[in-house]
Amino acid sequence: MINISAKNVDFYYGDFHALKNINLDIEKNSVTAFIGPSGCGKSTFLRLLNRMNDLIDGTKLVGDIVIDNENIYSRQTEVVELRKKVGMVFQKPNPFPKSIFENVAYGLRVNGIRDNKFIEHRVEESLKGAALWDEVKDKLKKSAFELSGGQQQRLCIARTMAVQPQIILMDEPASALDPISTSKVEDLIYELKKDFTIVIVTHNMQQAARVSDKTAFFYLGELIEFDKTDKIFTAPSNEATQNYVTGRFG
Amino acid sequence: MFSGFITSFTIILIVIFLFREGAGLFTAPNIEEGYVLALNNNNPVNKIDPEKIMDIFDAEITNWSQVGGNDAEIEVFRFSDITKYATAEELGSNFENIPEVLSNIIAAHPNIIAYFPEHYVVVDFKGRIMANGRITPASFFGGTKWYPTAQPSPQFGFLPLFFGTLWVSIAAILLTLPFGIAVAIYLAELADSRIRRILKPIIELLAGIPSVVYGFFGLVVIVPLIQKVFGLPVGETALAGAIILAIMALPTIITVAEDAIRTTPRAMKESSLALGATHWQTIRKVILPYSVSGIMAAVVLGIGRAIGETMAVLMVTGNAAVMPKSLVEPIRTIPATIAAELGEAPTGGAHYQALFMLGCILFLLTLIISISVEFIARQKHKQSI
Repeated sequence: MINISAKNVDFYYGDFHALKNINLDIEKNSVTAFIGPSGCGKSTFLRLLNRMNDLIDGTKLVGDIVIDNENIYSRQTEVVELRKKVGMVFQKPNPFPKSIFENVAYGLRVNGIRDNKFIEHRVEESLKGAALWDEVKDKLKKSAFELSGGQQQRLCIARTMAVQPQIILMDEPASALDPISTSKVEDLIYELKKDFTIVIVTHNMQQAARVSDKTAFFYLGELIEFDKTDKIFTAPSNEATQNYVTGRFG
Repeated sequence: MFSGFITSFTIILIVIFLFREGAGLFTAPNIEEGYVLALNNNNPVNKIDPEKIMDIFDAEITNWSQVGGNDAEIEVFRFSDITKYATAEELGSNFENIPEVLSNIIAAHPNIIAYFPEHYVVVDFKGRIMANGRITPASFFGGTKWYPTAQPSPQFGFLPLFFGTLWVSIAAILLTLPFGIAVAIYLAELADSRIRRILKPIIELLAGIPSVVYGFFGLVVIVPLIQKVFGLPVGETALAGAIILAIMALPTIITVAEDAIRTTPRAMKESSLALGATHWQTIRKVILPYSVSGIMAAVVLGIGRAIGETMAVLMVTGNAAVMPKSLVEPIRTIPATIAAELGEAPTGGAHYQALFMLGCILFLLTLIISISVEFIARQKHKQSI
């Protein structure tokens, strides 16, 4: 079942043509990795999926992005509602200056949920889902800044899960983490696939190969190749993809 | 390094100078230097509170029983009154008889209190010279009367000035804060870049206008307005000062608070939005809490500006050194007092030293404010790592 569908997407930062005619379908409950050298447009494309690029002045989109049969760039789209459905985890762990509990509860509270029992339940569930509960259950009232980088990133994942989105976008979620934290986050991504559609941008080939079902290779604003991860890494049909995944450039 | 040394050295010199002059106040006599107060020998009163001495000479106290003496009317004698008690011949052609005449007058009037220059006191003086006290720290820091030129006993109670400063500053901050923070939020978060490019320089320009110009503006626009709105006899009030200070502190508060709001990491803002928060929820729940210490620093800097401001306040507050009771009454601030009175105070006299003492207090106030800014900024630093 197709969850996200991009049709003839072109995107501009002012005069700069950042994405060129992207066509891409992402299936429900799969993990899709976006790879490619810096500046290839993979993060830009990811941020189009929850309209995060709206915050940048002077951008322009041509084409359609459809999520759940709804064009998210149509006039009727409620951006706030869209973002509840499409969560995002960022490159650097960026907890709010609040307690651990309040960080996870934030998304619920801004959505107007006041039932404290429900919030407590959902916070616990999300922290368990993000494999962080055992480490923080005794210090939920402490500032989130007291956690390690890896813990903070899992807290950010828990924060996103608490809103129960359908899709979670991850923009290089492990690039600022040490190897042990990285492997924890990767395990988590594998687990999350059951409940969420995951799109992950990564610079790390092994990570893409380990966690994703399908991989898209972006180069200079174009989608060069999009296929099963096995195929991209073992027998890519395009020479540029071959060169990139074998480390000849990038 | 060298210029840093020179700067520190200069500051230390200024502080030492300030405090040395200021501390001299507490060794000054509590009645005018070079003068004495004399009583009749039979008067049982030994010592009179300096404040009461002023009241006696202002005819506020008229009976000796009010200062612990017999029930008799006080007869106030100033040196210039001598011609009422003695003829020109009695004083002598070269006034050589003045000491003797004075002595006799005091001996003849049991209820007299006489105030005259010290050098007329001679060996066989037939009255009693009252002991001179000194101006005490308690009378300065606890005094509620500021009459620095009262004769014979000037009053240097700094409380009316201190509270005047406090009232004006606090009122100014309360007025300016909602505006300042709102504008800072608008500039940092809501305004598009074109409007910001126009507004920002205008606001910064406000900070560059000389304070005397603000004073003019206050005098011509705000003072008459307050007079009309509140139906007052005069419009020069604490409120006028507070409004002018609020306008003057606005650029500082806006600029510093806007910078603080801008330091909120973009990623933090984005993650709030990515969780389905609206822009306004993000401002209220993430951006403001994150930048609260910076905003506090802006507030404290604004207070600092308000406390130290002299000229504009001097022009619009009416300069009555009384304990403030309401915002629509004239008051006087510490800096305005120094500016207004230093020119008239004889160098080295008690009044002069009292003004320096006020300078010391002002220095300490602003020092406390600077330290709290530093402290708040450090809190912020701790929070972000």
